[in-house]
Amino acid sequence: MESITHSVTLDADKCKGCINCIKRCPTEAIRVRNGKAVIMSDHCIDCGECIRVCPHHAKKAISDPISIINNYKHKIALPAPSLYGQFKSVRDVNIILTALVNCGFDDIYEVALAAQTVADYTKDILPGARALLHGPLISSACPVIVKLICVRYPGLLDNVLKTITPVELAAIAARAKAVKETGLNPDEIGVFFISPCPAKITASKYRIGYDGTVIDGIFSMSEFFVKLLPIVEKTREPKGLSVAGVRGISWSCSGGEGSAIGESLFIAVDGIDNVIRVLDEIENDKFTSARFVELGACPGGCVGGCLAVENPFVARARIQRMGVELEEDKNTNSVDNSCLTSKILNWQKTPEYNSILRLDADRSVAMRKLSEIENISGTLPGIDCGSCGAPSCHALAEDIVNGAAHESDCIFKLRERMSGLFHEMAELQEYMPPPFRDLSNP
Amino acid sequence: MPAEVLRQEYNVSADDFAAAGAASAAVKNTLKKLGFSPDFIRRTSIAMYEGEINMVIHGGGGVAEAEIAEDYVKITLTDHGPGIADINLAMQEGFSTASDTVRELGFGAGMGLPNIKKQSDDFSLTSEVGKGTVLTITIKS
Repeated sequence: MESITHSVTLDADKCKGCINCIKRCPTEAIRVRNGKAVIMSDHCIDCGECIRVCPHHAKKAISDPISIINNYKHKIALPAPSLYGQFKSVRDVNIILTALVNCGFDDIYEVALAAQTVADYTKDILPGARALLHGPLISSACPVIVKLICVRYPGLLDNVLKTITPVELAAIAARAKAVKETGLNPDEIGVFFISPCPAKITASKYRIGYDGTVIDGIFSMSEFFVKLLPIVEKTREPKGLSVAGVRGISWSCSGGEGSAIGESLFIAVDGIDNVIRVLDEIENDKFTSARFVELGACPGGCVGGCLAVENPFVARARIQRMGVELEEDKNTNSVDNSCLTSKILNWQKTPEYNSILRLDADRSVAMRKLSEIENISGTLPGIDCGSCGAPSCHALAEDIVNGAAHESDCIFKLRERMSGLFHEMAELQEYMPPPFRDLSNP
Repeated sequence: MPAEVLRQEYNVSADDFAAAGAASAAVKNTLKKLGFSPDFIRRTSIAMYEGEINMVIHGGGGVAEAEIAEDYVKITLTDHGPGIADINLAMQEGFSTASDTVRELGFGAGMGLPNIKKQSDDFSLTSEVGKGTVLTITIKS
C-alpha cells in the first residue's frame, strides 16, 4: 500500500476538470487546477461525495489488491454488515459468509457481532458520559463525522463517543480467536475488511483515537463484489457461521446503532448535508432532549456508502428481511471477554481540532484577511459558476486573499479588465501627439 | 495602533422560523474563521441565537449587529416590537409570554433571557412598551 493519509484520490486521466466535485464537496476541499481536480489534503474528510458525483468516475478510493491475502498463513475476512444487503434473493446470512470462506479465506468474523458489543459498552457508559457533558453524546462509528467535527465543530469534540469502532474491535477479536485456535503468531494471521466507503478504508489505515493499525488489508466493497457474486450464486450448502443478530446487522442502516444501544432518546441523521445542519444545531444547544445522536455521512447509513453496489433503499430492505430470519438469542452474542479491556475499548488519544476555517493563527491578520475577503467577495458576480476552479465566489475570494488565486481567475472579472483595456486602447488610438494636434481646438 | 474592529449587520425577519438563526450562524462562522476558542464560540452563538429567536418570536423582527474585535464580541439586537413591560419578570427562569404555536415548535420555555445572561460577560436589556427592545451583550475571550 502506498503511503497516503486519504483513500479518496484522483484518476487524472479520467478527470475532465469539470466542476461537479468542487461544488459537491462539503468542506470545499477541491479546486480545479491545470484542467484537473486537486484535493486539499487537510480539508478532505474522506466522505466520498466526490466519488458519488463524478460523472467520469475519475475519483476513486484506494484500497488493497485482493492478492495481499496470500501474504498470510491464516486469512480472516471481516464483512461489514452492509455487505449483507448487496445480493439479490439471498435471505440467509450464512450463504454470504460461506461464500466468503469459499473465495479464499480460512475464516470470517462478523463486524456485526462486534457492533453488538460496542452497543452494549456504549449503553453502559452513556449515563456517566452524559452527566459530564453539555448536550448529547455523538456516535463515532462514522469516521467522516469525527473528521468533520475535528475540522469544523471544535466545541463538539467533547461530545464525541471516544470508543473503538465495530470493525476495529472485530479485527482485534478475530486475531485473538485465530491465535488461540491455530497456534500461529499474530503476524501470521491476516485480517481483511470489506469496506462500503473510503472513510472506513482511511480510518483502518490511520486509526482515529489510537496509534498503529489492527487491520492488514482493506477491500473496496464494489471491487470485492465482482469476485464474490459468482461464488454467492453457487453456494448451495451454507455453513452455520452467522453469530450476530438483527441488532448487529442493523448497524449498517441509519438508526441501527441507536436501536442497538436501546436508548429511546436518540436521533439518527444520515446524509452529509443533514449532518452538517444537525451539528450546527447541536452547537447552538438545540438538541438538549436527545441523549444520543447517531450521525452517518451517507444516505441511509453505511448501506449508502459510495463503494456499496446496491442502492441503499433496497439494501436496507434486504437487511431488515434477513434480520427477521435470525434467531432472537443471537442479539446477546458478543466478542470474547478477553478483548474488552479499557485499553482496547477507549480511545488512547483524542484527535486535535484542526480548523480548516481559521484564516490565520494571528487573529489580527485573520481579521484583516476577513475584511479583504468580504471586500473582494462583494466585487465578484456571486453566481458561483465554478469556472475559476473554486466552488463559489466566496471561496475564490478566500483563495485570492490566501495567495492561491488571482482576481482575473474569475472570467467575469477578466472580461471587465479586457473591456477596460479595450476602451483604453481606443482612447489611445484617438490621441494625437502635439505635432499633429489642432491646439486651437483642444 | 487602534485595535481593528469588524462590524456585521443582519436583518432578522419576523415569524420566519426557517430563517431564524441565520444571523447567529453567520457570526459563529466568522468567529471560527478568526480562530476564537471553542468555548468562546459556543457562548457567543448560544447567546446570540437565543436573542435572535426572541426577536423573531416576540420582537417582530429587527436588526442584529455584531462588533467583533480581537478579544471580544459585542452583539446588539434591536427590535421595534411590543417591548417588555417588566424586565425583572422577563428575566426569571420559566417566565414566558410565548404563544402556544411557538411553544409547540419547542420554543418559549422561558429560559432564553436567563441563558443569554449566563453566557455573556456584559448584559444590558432596555425596553419601552410600544417602542421596542434593545439587547446588548458582550462576550470576552
